[in-house]
Amino acid sequence: MPSKIISNEKIAPEIFKIVLVAPQIAKKHRAGQFIILRVGERGERIPLTVVEKDPQAGTITLIYQVVGKTTMWLSDKKAGEELQDLVGPLGNPTEIENFGNAVAIGGGVGCACVYPIAKALKEAGNHLTIIWGARTKEHLLLEKEIAEISDRLEICTDDGSKGTHGFVSEVLKRMIEQKEKIDYVIAVGPVPMMRAIVELTRGPGIRTVVSLNSIMVDGTGMCGSCRVLVGGERKFACVDGPEFDGHKVDFKNMMTRLRVYKEFEDLAKEKYQEERGR
Amino acid sequence: MGEQEEKKSAKKEKIPRQKMAEQEPKERIKNFQEVPYGFTPEQAMLEASRCLKCKKPKCVDGCPVNINIPEFISLIEQGKFIEAAWKIKEQNALPAICGRVCPQEEQCEKLCVLGKKQKPVSIGYLERFVADYERASGKIQLPKIRPKTGKKVAIVGSGPAGLTAAGELIKLGHDVTIYEALHLPGGVLVYGIPEFRLPKAIVQAEVEYLKALGVKLEVDVVVGKTITVDELFEQGVDAMFIGTGAGLPQFMDIPGEELNGVYSANEFLTRNNLMKAFKFPEYDTPILRGKKVATIGGGNVAMDSARTALRLGAEKSYIVYRRSRAEMPARIDEIEHAEQEGIEFHLLTLPLEIYPNEQGYVKAMKCQRMQLGEPDESGRRRPVPIPGSEFIMDVDIVIVAIGNRPNPLIPQTTPGLQTQKWGGVIADEATGKTSREHIYAGGDIVTGAATVILAMGAGKKAAYAIHKELTGEDLSLSLPKGEDKTR
Repeated sequence: MPSKIISNEKIAPEIFKIVLVAPQIAKKHRAGQFIILRVGERGERIPLTVVEKDPQAGTITLIYQVVGKTTMWLSDKKAGEELQDLVGPLGNPTEIENFGNAVAIGGGVGCACVYPIAKALKEAGNHLTIIWGARTKEHLLLEKEIAEISDRLEICTDDGSKGTHGFVSEVLKRMIEQKEKIDYVIAVGPVPMMRAIVELTRGPGIRTVVSLNSIMVDGTGMCGSCRVLVGGERKFACVDGPEFDGHKVDFKNMMTRLRVYKEFEDLAKEKYQEERGR
Repeated sequence: MGEQEEKKSAKKEKIPRQKMAEQEPKERIKNFQEVPYGFTPEQAMLEASRCLKCKKPKCVDGCPVNINIPEFISLIEQGKFIEAAWKIKEQNALPAICGRVCPQEEQCEKLCVLGKKQKPVSIGYLERFVADYERASGKIQLPKIRPKTGKKVAIVGSGPAGLTAAGELIKLGHDVTIYEALHLPGGVLVYGIPEFRLPKAIVQAEVEYLKALGVKLEVDVVVGKTITVDELFEQGVDAMFIGTGAGLPQFMDIPGEELNGVYSANEFLTRNNLMKAFKFPEYDTPILRGKKVATIGGGNVAMDSARTALRLGAEKSYIVYRRSRAEMPARIDEIEHAEQEGIEFHLLTLPLEIYPNEQGYVKAMKCQRMQLGEPDESGRRRPVPIPGSEFIMDVDIVIVAIGNRPNPLIPQTTPGLQTQKWGGVIADEATGKTSREHIYAGGDIVTGAATVILAMGAGKKAAYAIHKELTGEDLSLSLPKGEDKTR
């Protein structure tokens, strides 16, 4: 059913935060789960992680990056307008335990996905280290929020404008080399980043969870669009995931599958930009 | 046949089984419009006159929803088309749909007495004719609704089983709400069956009819995620019908199935039918348009997929099926339509491996020829490989249409709901009762992938069983006796 937009604001270059009316989703959502939305009647169905929810107010918050037509269209919607469809919560919630020393790693807009999980890890009693990465300091997300929940915070920027000049993987590498105790890692970000993290933790055998952003249509396990190879087996990111054991994910296949509609995406984006006169 | 009927048969000999006008194959593969145009009123009356009006009609025994076939045919013969539609609707809420997708050749028409000596009466085409006639006339009759019972029933899934159950229960005075996971109602009617076989406007009209009767519909609600079965009961639901269908695609488990360009039939059809990807970029959802498309499978879903691929612009559209034509489960009409449209049938052929090009898209497929051996558990002869018969097929899209299993979401989130090992919810055949109190189930979620009409029959039986639980009144005596029909 349609969902009313409470607010839709730019919070970083190309990154927006949208608050939507969704009382039932707000009530049922648990960290790690996502929603699927359609902006308009001819729109495609896309998955986005729920970053925050307010069961009292009956709202959910999403943070998204403008990459193609649908996210661009979404960013043009104003407070008071409605989205055509909103459904959720979908996917499995993150398996949260008191692992001991947990490291939550976010890259780019992936940080928005990690935040609710990091919060849940903290609430479960973990010692929480957060490694946050972005292109520049303007691209850093939820800084205030993560400062409040982390026991230790490491910021990285690609251009060195804030924190460590480098990638999140370099910070983790240092931690592993210094034989720091790490019981659990969750990493969400661009596929090359998740791959790098997974390779670092493979040798020391550190439990590592990643969240996959496969292309989806229905989100309830009936089409197989989002299928990934995990430990050589076929899994659906929408119902078996979206989180999986990072050491078992075939990232190469996943990256190939993410590119399947590249030409269509470029065409749709161009067409939309022309229509909007940008 | 008795002497009377023999005499009638001799008279009827002069009238051949009427054919519906259809779009020419060369034209229709370029569009998504319906293939058959339907009978004209004259054709309908002529076809109806072929009916022998048997004293003991066999056709009714073949109908999973117990339509009074001889009666509606007689009304057509008299030119009373609207009355014929209403007669059908006494037993079947969705005649425009059934007339198009029922495998009549396996059901009513198979048992037609006229069919013993000549071709059977075109019961399906006649049903379709009157349903369309009624819809076009605007004279949609709303049946009388009984006084409100104050009982609440939740229907999970708006496919044929759920829509039928809802239609029966609302007439009996209950408060009915349908919960649908997708953003449009209809289930397979809207995501699975293509526009050229079942126009979505017809599905929409049937849903509007139910809403006019008072049925409430909530889309974008995934029962099991957005709300659970137990939470619905806490909110005051008295009984529930689960009709969530067979939405779990089966893959072949051969190398290369994870490549770009390999689709499950569910995905291919959902993108095209539900999301209208054939209209990209007017509609945002993309779909790959292959030049040489191979669809693996021999059922209706495979026919739908191969014919859709053709309409998307494929130069070659193949059906690859491991058994022979006689074993193909698809409707005869659809196999014939596919053949007319130029789809190439590679029968007794089994895919072994799919090969990629450098970009990770499908380039070719290795197949093996088969021969028929002894029958397997389904009763059909088991295909056996012919050694040394491997060959390479040049393809760029592969659609896997080898079957669907029941979607596991509801069983996984409903404690105490027992299922078979393969996932089907265990339900009583006559009533749809499951292992959980107040919960009934029917359609593909129970049987595995089957037909629209069987799902409707199950929805109807469950509706009557629910009504009996809520009020004590037993209407099931009006249902067909004996075992359920051939598929």
